[in-house]
Amino acid sequence: MAEQTHQDTMDLLRFATAGSVDDGKSTLIGRLLLDSKSIFEDQLEAVETTSRGKGYDYTDLALLTDGLRSEREQGITIDVAYRYFATPTRKFIIADTPGHVQYTRNMVTGASTADLGLVLVDARQGLTEQSRRHAVILSLLRVPHLVLAVNKMDLVDFSQETYEKIHKEFTQFATKLNIPDLEVIPISALQGDNVVTRSEKMSWYSGPTLMHHLEHVHVASDRDLVDVRFPVQYVIRPKSDQHHDYRGYGGMVAGGVLKKGDEVVVLPSGMTSKIAGIDLHDKELDAAFPPMSVTVRLEDDVDVSRGDMIARANNAPKPSQDIDAMICWMADEPLRPRQKLAIKHTTRVARALVKDIQYRLDVNSLHRDQETKELGRNEIGRVQLRTTVPLLCDPYSKNRTTGSFILIDEATGVTVGAGMINSGA
Amino acid sequence: MTETHADYQLSQLDQLEAESIHIIREVAAEFEKPALMFSGGKDSIVMLRLAEKAFYPAKIPFPLLQVDTGLDFPEVLETRDNWVNRLGVRLVVASVDEAIKSGVIVDDGKTSRNRMQTGTLLNAIEEEGFTAAFGGGRRDEEKARAKERVYSHRDEFGQWDPKMQRPELWSLYNGRIHAGEHMRIFPLSNWTELDIWHYLHREQIEIPAIYFAHEREVVERDGMLLSIGPEIQPKGNETVEKKMVRFRTVGDRTQTGCVESDAADTAAIIDETAIARVTERGATRGDDRFSEAAMEDRKKEGYF
Repeated sequence: MAEQTHQDTMDLLRFATAGSVDDGKSTLIGRLLLDSKSIFEDQLEAVETTSRGKGYDYTDLALLTDGLRSEREQGITIDVAYRYFATPTRKFIIADTPGHVQYTRNMVTGASTADLGLVLVDARQGLTEQSRRHAVILSLLRVPHLVLAVNKMDLVDFSQETYEKIHKEFTQFATKLNIPDLEVIPISALQGDNVVTRSEKMSWYSGPTLMHHLEHVHVASDRDLVDVRFPVQYVIRPKSDQHHDYRGYGGMVAGGVLKKGDEVVVLPSGMTSKIAGIDLHDKELDAAFPPMSVTVRLEDDVDVSRGDMIARANNAPKPSQDIDAMICWMADEPLRPRQKLAIKHTTRVARALVKDIQYRLDVNSLHRDQETKELGRNEIGRVQLRTTVPLLCDPYSKNRTTGSFILIDEATGVTVGAGMINSGA
Repeated sequence: MTETHADYQLSQLDQLEAESIHIIREVAAEFEKPALMFSGGKDSIVMLRLAEKAFYPAKIPFPLLQVDTGLDFPEVLETRDNWVNRLGVRLVVASVDEAIKSGVIVDDGKTSRNRMQTGTLLNAIEEEGFTAAFGGGRRDEEKARAKERVYSHRDEFGQWDPKMQRPELWSLYNGRIHAGEHMRIFPLSNWTELDIWHYLHREQIEIPAIYFAHEREVVERDGMLLSIGPEIQPKGNETVEKKMVRFRTVGDRTQTGCVESDAADTAAIIDETAIARVTERGATRGDDRFSEAAMEDRKKEGYF
């Protein structure tokens, strides 16, 4: 019989990888894919053929992950790529973010959806500016779990002392950040030590292997099941004879648990009603919780449209046109005060005016530079925005969905900024 | 009673379903004229099912767009028609034959029908004025696809520029386009071949019969098993054999190979897929074998 019982119960872990160019990230990803049997023979053969063609005396696993012609030609990774593998208990989505070229922007992109961040360091080098920067970004993006993989342990004779030193240095640095869960694992991606199988050469290490940790780290409780947040995405009105009076609100639950009979408020109108039912296709559901996509019906014929939000009367997000947020700027041209941009927050689209750039955050030193009044490409800073319509905001620290937004250049249509709300000001 | 997080767990398959429905609704809400590219293959059937769920009990608010190579398997066309009738959606057929006749594309006698789909598709998108086109592409299919965004921007020529992709953050998709441009939307980006089969199994929905093991006259050519028919006849010392086979992908009959298999239902296919050692495209798609970047090059031209 097929393993469908597995698939129906197994859960999902999204993780973002980070690290500098030569720290063995491609090798590690290649090994995770290889050891979980997620690489197919034809893919491996293609990589072996190319490696031979290039005159390498080893199979370059990085070729597995460098998907574009120009990446292979230049031997560099240009953009975030997504990879997949599964073990019997979990499916994994890796956001493979390149170590150099536009790293902040790529890291922010990969980390925005990640449950876990994996930072690689080279045991010979110890912590670098880059490893600190990656940890800062993962912390800013509120990635709840962090793994520091101390790689290339084979090149430092599997020295416990080296590992302890990096461990200690990083833990000290991490106290300045918001990292609720940290695991430090000594590995050799090249030789496979502590990646999937426990290393005999590091008997002094008693923690989990990397794969064991990825399989068992508990992510289900990272969701907010208390504060009901349901951004209305699409109004469903069949207008057919059979479903003449059906009026449902399609959307993805961003927080809390919704149940039939619950009293709710529709924002921004403030009208109250009760949940008459929750549908998913032809099934009526008992409850809806993040990240379910459902259709909610209300008892009263209140006016609800896309961009509105359903919440609890006594626990609703604050509508605000003044937004205080951390912004990661992604465009070539710097962000400056008085600039006007389009903003997308949940299902609501508006325009935003940059009122003030309060400071630029140095992601290496965490220093707040208040002198500079602009943000360059790949820079992060604290910004005050004024929007044309009120946004239904939560602090990003409370809810990654209702606390985040993107900024769009209205002339080019390109996504130029990622925002995390501090509070409605 | 205090409820715990354990009471509100969503399996990975349910999470994928929820994410795809979210994407489909977002496109329907924000784009003026979307269409769902439908080949009749397993991925586009899963997409159609997800679209059905996204708007139920209302009808799917956009048409299906099929590019007819003229060499599609009859079983696939039959399944397509059953779905269209059951859901009551509009079907737009863009035919490669018609496109050749009207001079939109040129048949040089060397280019495969599958490749000629690109020009036919781009012409149909332009003629119908579609601003978004859903595709069933998955990132696990191919390394160039692993790099593609869920919203994949296409310029006025339908071209994909992998170096100019928009960053995609959280579940906030940016659908801004200029006149004449369009967006390709891939709601199944995070699904794997195995996820597709688990979903088809769970949903118990109709897919073309050629996906299941059946006896067929085949000939082995370039390491692929090709089905004997009007366009495929044995050459030289090739011998025709009767074998139990099934197809892992559907496409143009001349380019799509089958694999030996006894798997007669979705459960058996799941078992086979779970231990498969060759990708579906590597095993059965002739047109991906031209060069290491065959898919990337076709995508840049406007292929899906």
